[in-house]
Amino acid sequence: MNDASIDGYARALFEVARADGTLDEVEDELFRFARAYESNDSLRSTLSDQSIPTAKRQAIVEDLLGSSATPTTVQLISMVVGSGRSRELTAIVDALVQRASAAKDRTVAEVRTAVALTEDQQTRLSAALANATGKQVNLKVIVDASVIGGLVATVGDVVIDGTVRTRVEQLKARL
Amino acid sequence: MIHELVSALPRIDWEIDDQGVTSAHPFLPPIWEIGLQSIATLTIVFLLVKFGGPSIKRFYRERTERIQNEMDSAAEAQRLAEADAESVRASLGDIEAERTRMLAEAEQQATALLAEGRVRIDEEVAALHGRTEVEIASWASRSGDELRSEIAVHASRVVDVVVEQSIDEALQQQLIEDFITRVGAGQSPVQGG
Repeated sequence: MNDASIDGYARALFEVARADGTLDEVEDELFRFARAYESNDSLRSTLSDQSIPTAKRQAIVEDLLGSSATPTTVQLISMVVGSGRSRELTAIVDALVQRASAAKDRTVAEVRTAVALTEDQQTRLSAALANATGKQVNLKVIVDASVIGGLVATVGDVVIDGTVRTRVEQLKARL
Repeated sequence: MIHELVSALPRIDWEIDDQGVTSAHPFLPPIWEIGLQSIATLTIVFLLVKFGGPSIKRFYRERTERIQNEMDSAAEAQRLAEADAESVRASLGDIEAERTRMLAEAEQQATALLAEGRVRIDEEVAALHGRTEVEIASWASRSGDELRSEIAVHASRVVDVVVEQSIDEALQQQLIEDFITRVGAGQSPVQGG
């Protein structure tokens, strides 16, 4: 799938969410689902398996998200799966997030942390990243136990790494 | 002619009786008979010398030559035998000399081989010592490297466990706060791009 197709799907999802008035919420839910989809091989192979009927794969999506996501989010993901674009789901969602952030004149800041951040921490972190990068950021927090402790923030091409995992890797390299 | 010869002979007196002629001397025949016999003898001798002499001379000469040839042959045979004997003696001497030479050469070769073998053995022993020392050093180094590697592997495993177990909620929050503070102050922990 080329970039134009991915961007086309992202624009379509963006317009649907904005028209529905739930852009921020849908964007956040799609982002979280995309990260889960990215890290879960079983889920990725199941939703990408063309031998499984489309209706069944869409049913899996609805069962997974259920009431934890807005109906718009569930429908948008089901639409992507139903159109046979499951393999590009992550890229489509990332393009959607970029588009949503650009619409708010912000840059996506992907933050991975071992534990969830409080609202206050997210606010202060957004401010800190904006101060460090000179851009207003659209913070996307991913709870990832593999970082062990601390945070790693990716803003465009800039990576700010304060994770324990990196420190441990450096220690292992020295060993 | 004979009658003339006889007539020319001095007259001799002898007695002829019914038993023939009787000599005056008991042991010698009558003179005329001696003369006659002498003439006959000389004639025979002359004839023998005249006609048989060359054959006899030739016979003796041939015999002499044959004997001389045989003597020469014998001498030649003796010379050859002596030459053969000398050759045999020389050969014996040569064999002895050759045997001595071969023994000396064998002794020399054996000595050289022994010396060369000793040198080679010494070199091999020295090389073996060198290789052994290198091997020992290599093994020691390898053992050290393997030990360090083992320690590193175990330490790496332990590090994960120890770090994960040592980070509690308070430390997590402290790490997050430190990160926010340092990023906000422009002191980003690690940056890349």
